[in-house]
Amino acid sequence: MMTRRWHYVLFVVWVLALATTPLWASNYIVRLAIMIAMYTTLTLSWNFIGGFTGYPSFSTAAFFGLGCYAGALSQRSGVPMVLAWGIATLFVGAFAAALGAIILRLRGHYFAIGSIGIVEVVRLVVSSWGSLTGGGDGLNLPLLSGGPNAVARIFLAVMIAIMVVTFVVTVIVDRNRFGYGLRCIQQNEDAADMVGVDTTRYKVIAYFLSALFCGTVGAAYASWIGYIDPNDSFSIIMTIKVPVMCLLGGPGTVLGPVVGTAAFTLLEEVFWANFLDYNRAILGAVIVVLIFFLPGGLLGLSYRDIAARIAKPHRRPKTAS
Amino acid sequence: MAYLQTLVNGIVLGALYACLAVGFSLVWGVLNIVNMLHGSLIVLGGYLTFFAWQGYGIYPLLALPVVALLLFALGYALQLAVINRVVSEPVLTTLTLTFGLDLILYNFMTVYYTATPRRVTLDLGAIDIGGIVMPVDRLFGMLLALVLTALLYLVMRRSRIGRAIVAVRMDSAAAALMGIRVNRIYAVTFGIGALMAGATGVIFAMVYPVTTNLAGIYLGKAFVVCVIGGLGSVPGALAGGIVLGVIESFAGQFFGPQHALTVGFVLMLVLLVVKPTGLTGIKGYE
Repeated sequence: MMTRRWHYVLFVVWVLALATTPLWASNYIVRLAIMIAMYTTLTLSWNFIGGFTGYPSFSTAAFFGLGCYAGALSQRSGVPMVLAWGIATLFVGAFAAALGAIILRLRGHYFAIGSIGIVEVVRLVVSSWGSLTGGGDGLNLPLLSGGPNAVARIFLAVMIAIMVVTFVVTVIVDRNRFGYGLRCIQQNEDAADMVGVDTTRYKVIAYFLSALFCGTVGAAYASWIGYIDPNDSFSIIMTIKVPVMCLLGGPGTVLGPVVGTAAFTLLEEVFWANFLDYNRAILGAVIVVLIFFLPGGLLGLSYRDIAARIAKPHRRPKTAS
Repeated sequence: MAYLQTLVNGIVLGALYACLAVGFSLVWGVLNIVNMLHGSLIVLGGYLTFFAWQGYGIYPLLALPVVALLLFALGYALQLAVINRVVSEPVLTTLTLTFGLDLILYNFMTVYYTATPRRVTLDLGAIDIGGIVMPVDRLFGMLLALVLTALLYLVMRRSRIGRAIVAVRMDSAAAALMGIRVNRIYAVTFGIGALMAGATGVIFAMVYPVTTNLAGIYLGKAFVVCVIGGLGSVPGALAGGIVLGVIESFAGQFFGPQHALTVGFVLMLVLLVVKPTGLTGIKGYE
């Protein structure tokens, strides 16, 4: 319990740090803070299905992209901005619930392949349905008035608010019966079914939660940037980046996605500046290092063990040999 | 007549798809790994062929054995050094790892070769049999693809190493007890998967432009063919490839070529839900 409380405190500190960036940092950093808040929401969302439930879902980009388009299309047809975000959220949630009822019957590799297939299908449909979505030309949205600085502050607040809501939902799931059931499914689905967990319903709800707020941030992102196109909205890189961020922090934990997103963005910033052409390779290298050296994520590290090793480098940690 | 032409186009395309997917299917079936590298390995094979042809005037057919061996070595080393360490981990780990390796390979290919489409132009003309027109290079590609697929089938059926792979696929623990070095077999299987990808790359270099942009599309085709045909079986991949080729060919005719890809993916999703073992329903490796 003690560690959990510490995690909540750390999260509050992090939110304050992000929220106050306009006061002490450059516009570049403010923009970065908006992206961090957005990706943290996506990662926290993925954590419901990928972390708690242990299903290898790669469909985040589909939810995000649909959110972009649902929000943009509503806004273009005259719906006020905030209401359009609400519509996008509900639309993506309904989409995920309907889809989840179908594809959550699959397991393992088939589920993974199916979820990647969904991103592709949605992207192809959006890019070929030119009359509605503008096809490959994309869609323009009216920009908010008030100058770039004021707009950035508004969207920073919006993204942080969505992130906090997602975090609160994560905490609620983590602490109650539902989260416990999801963890049972992660460990052994058949056994969970046996002891009375309604696995189908639990999985569909987890999948629904993993999509809901992706829709909201997608719509908010579209309003912020003012222009969307299929390749940007349904990016294959996002599909892999989000699970990697979560794995980096520690899947199935409350703070893991937050830490993972922060650490990943930091790494990306450090390397991007120096190796602009190699951003994909860097993501790849992070994945390889992560899988071999950090299997439980940053939060899964035993800091006591590391401290002991640093203190006495000549002694190897005790192992049962 | 128009339908016959579409059907023939579909079958030719299908043979190429079979060759594209058979290595992927083998790796998935035997190692239980979804090899996200497959698409990039095909493109790598294509680039090697193109540069051999452009730089040294080596005819693609002569480059084929060399490219295949190089990719086999790459696949073997990769599996032995990297992927074998996580081979028994859950899907999320193995898929993410191969995805990461793919990002690295893809990135280096885009930087060194740039995404400009290149193609080996052989200019063999076209033949006309009873009103059905077919470019010769495409026909040649189909034959080559069928020969390679048949060769793989024979290797699996007749050779010691092939039987060992089948044994590992059926029950790796029992195979280990029979004295098969499972890790080596995994490496050989991954090597064969990469070899088939490289060979497909050689064929595709003669028929399609070579560009890194196609890596993801090739990988998507491999998914669809595997889901249609079932895993780890050569005849399954052949059947799946031809079914997909014919369906795409007709879908292209009826809905327009830009929708052919969507139809393939939708078909895959429907099949995954309705019949996840594939149309053939083959489970064992035969």
